[in-house]
Amino acid sequence: MKAPRFAYIRPDSLDEVLALLAEHGDEARILAGGQSLMPTLNMRLSRPRVLVDINRIDALKGIGLENGTVRIGALARHAEVMGSDIVAGNLPLVADAMPHVAHVAIRNRGTFGGSIALADPAAELPAVVLALDAELVLASARGRRTVAARSFFNGLYETERGDDEILVETRIPALGPGYRSSFMELARRHGDFALAGVCCHARVDGGVLSDVRLAYFGSDDRPRLAAGASAAAEGKAWSGDVKEAVKDALGGDLDPIGNFHASAATRLHLARVLTGRALDRMVASG
Amino acid sequence: MEEFADIELTVNGEKIAKRVEARQHLVDFLRIELGLTGSHLGCEHGVCGACTVRVDGQIVRGCLMLAIQADGADVWTIEGVSDTGEIEDLQEAFIARNALQCGYCTPGMLLTAAEMMEAGRKMSRTEIREFLSGNYCRCTGYHAIVDAVETTMESRFGG
Repeated sequence: MKAPRFAYIRPDSLDEVLALLAEHGDEARILAGGQSLMPTLNMRLSRPRVLVDINRIDALKGIGLENGTVRIGALARHAEVMGSDIVAGNLPLVADAMPHVAHVAIRNRGTFGGSIALADPAAELPAVVLALDAELVLASARGRRTVAARSFFNGLYETERGDDEILVETRIPALGPGYRSSFMELARRHGDFALAGVCCHARVDGGVLSDVRLAYFGSDDRPRLAAGASAAAEGKAWSGDVKEAVKDALGGDLDPIGNFHASAATRLHLARVLTGRALDRMVASG
Repeated sequence: MEEFADIELTVNGEKIAKRVEARQHLVDFLRIELGLTGSHLGCEHGVCGACTVRVDGQIVRGCLMLAIQADGADVWTIEGVSDTGEIEDLQEAFIARNALQCGYCTPGMLLTAAEMMEAGRKMSRTEIREFLSGNYCRCTGYHAIVDAVETTMESRFGG
């Protein structure tokens, strides 16, 4: 199908974007990489009056490292994140996840910020930023604010971002001493949305896990931090028994949505299997 | 706020100036306005890869980019990269290996394969499959396509 009619504006500055969002509210859509927005337009699932194309706003670009925090501009393309030495050296979880984000042609255009702001529950990056306890910087004509990733995702494609706000950057703490991470997902075709996926991040000291964070995608209506499963591993020396306890606890954390790709029970089962494998790999990776 | 705009871009090395509707995506622009029908539309929502074109040196989904966004861009389609001879060896390998039957996915496959060549080395078959994973083929079962890409890599970069 073809997209409905809309007006198109390509501002040159962030201030112009904020003014347009303040003026048009939810009748405007921000066009970043467009890799999720364009399909919804082509299928007429979305009918915005105005598209605000942010692709030429330099202030939203780039990846940097400052005082132990990696800053990823909202417009950083997936391919750019995947090829970044800063990301490879400081955010191994992000680096491990990137090859699973869609396909080459989509990674060349899709953006890091767009994926997080859209909050597709089957997408990798929202769960990754949850596991890494990232901060999201939102801007509007009213000012700037920082929202913890843990408080950002409210439901199916629902986030803390207001209609007049734009996600300008993601701030992620660089990997601390003793920390390790591991990423795993299962998809029918490489690069497709996951049937189940897990991000593991923890401190590993002599086989003992602490500050354990397990985040899931392709399960619930939003990316989910699994508090119970994480607690089941906290302070424990990694073993087969601990693994089973973590997998058991996961049932209390996740509320998977079943559909024609996989039932809720299948998704929970797959999440449990992936969790065991991912934690095995994380502990062994030292 | 406009639903139309004047754009200038380069397509296959030729400067183009056109007035476009904001909602028109890049492949409709190439096919309908410029008559370049080598870029195909399959699903029109980013899944199949038949619409793959090269924009500013990188492959993109032509159905997931608006023509208006290509203002100032350097766009190459299968017609252009065929004329320059850049992928002649790939095309010969596709024919030799029967890497196409109906041919609908082929322009997208070739442009994706061309980007793979930029690695400058022979990839493993697994890497080739992953790189091609965004392009559907409903005829060949992919095996022959992977063969053709592998053969071309061998001849360009050695075994």
